[in-house]
Amino acid sequence: MSAPGQEWDENSPERLYVITRGRSGLAEQTTFDLVTLIVSRSEPEPSMQPEHAAILRLCGAPLSVAEISAYLRLPISVVTVLLADLLAEERIEARSAVPQAILPDRALIEAVMHGLQKL
Amino acid sequence: MDFRSSDTVVGPRSADLLPASATTAVKVVIVGGFGVGKTTLVGSVSEIRPLTTEETMTQAGAGVDDIAGVERKTSTTVAMDFGRISLSDELVLYVFGTPGQERFWFLWNGLFEGALGAVVLVDTRRLEVSFDVIGRLEDRGVPFVVALNTFPESPAYPTEELRTALDLPPEVPIVACDARTRESGRDVLMTLMRYLYRLSAPPAG
Ligand SMILES: Nc1nc2c(ncn2[C@@H]2O[C@H](COP(=O)(O)OP(=O)(O)OP(=O)(O)O)[C@@H](O)[C@H]2O)c(=O)[nH]1
Ligand SMILES: [Mg+2]
Repeated sequence: MSAPGQEWDENSPERLYVITRGRSGLAEQTTFDLVTLIVSRSEPEPSMQPEHAAILRLCGAPLSVAEISAYLRLPISVVTVLLADLLAEERIEARSAVPQAILPDRALIEAVMHGLQKL
Repeated sequence: MDFRSSDTVVGPRSADLLPASATTAVKVVIVGGFGVGKTTLVGSVSEIRPLTTEETMTQAGAGVDDIAGVERKTSTTVAMDFGRISLSDELVLYVFGTPGQERFWFLWNGLFEGALGAVVLVDTRRLEVSFDVIGRLEDRGVPFVVALNTFPESPAYPTEELRTALDLPPEVPIVACDARTRESGRDVLMTLMRYLYRLSAPPAG
């Protein structure tokens, strides 16, 4: 047991830097919205970075970027860097959120209203 | 938040898995002052136990430039509650509830970007906390509706009096709600969608 104050801070900037290898996540955030749905396209492998493997395990069924962040307990900007790695290797599929212009598409709003009515 | 080694990551319960056919997700943001019922509203409409995500915001320190003129950066973690509603086999709605520190919400670009719209939850005992957020939504061009959360001691004002007090244009819907009930929360979301639908109408003539 480590004494209080000596514990490795799991979300220290240094640790997050190691996980992302220093990438800020700013570029990746244009690819991934909070609600982009992620689906695994391959199985995790023992040689992978544990965070990559964890994402592949989580995303057997579609899961949003925000949910991945919540389950992994990692900030969004870290998760998007990890997702960009996996996407580049075609290990995941990203079902992009609908890009909204200033005003959303009427058919989409209708579909949302229809779904809400059934609740 | 701390990353758990991948073997111990607890994912969604099997009852909470989305169908493989889920292809489109949209989001709505609930904003409002401290303790106004945002988390309650997210929880009452969500089909999953609400989750928490976070982002690290870096902000140039205000008024703390040092002698060399190098701006100091301050870094803050902003946490966000959210819930989920499956609307059909393909379409999923996520509802995000902002935390108390208003000045950070709008630094989180990815939060409002791409959102269908927002709900401003208002406690009529403390109208003043809503001014700032309403102004910022207007600046950003995020369409919103106002929901009055009904607390036992909340004074009931005529809607038009509130509209004047909040300086809202006539077209912005104002509805009463009880954030604790699913039906009421659903009605608030429906009000937002109807408003968005009207806004998206092709211009007449
Ligand atoms: N009577 C009544 N109480 C409510 C209602 N909505 C929320 N509350 C209560 O108000 C308190 C604050 O609600 P929260 O949902 O935590 O508020 P919040 O906006 O998320 O608060 P912060 O995240 O701290 O800003 C809780 O004790 C709720 O039970 C409502 O519609 N009616
Ligand atoms: Mg809250």
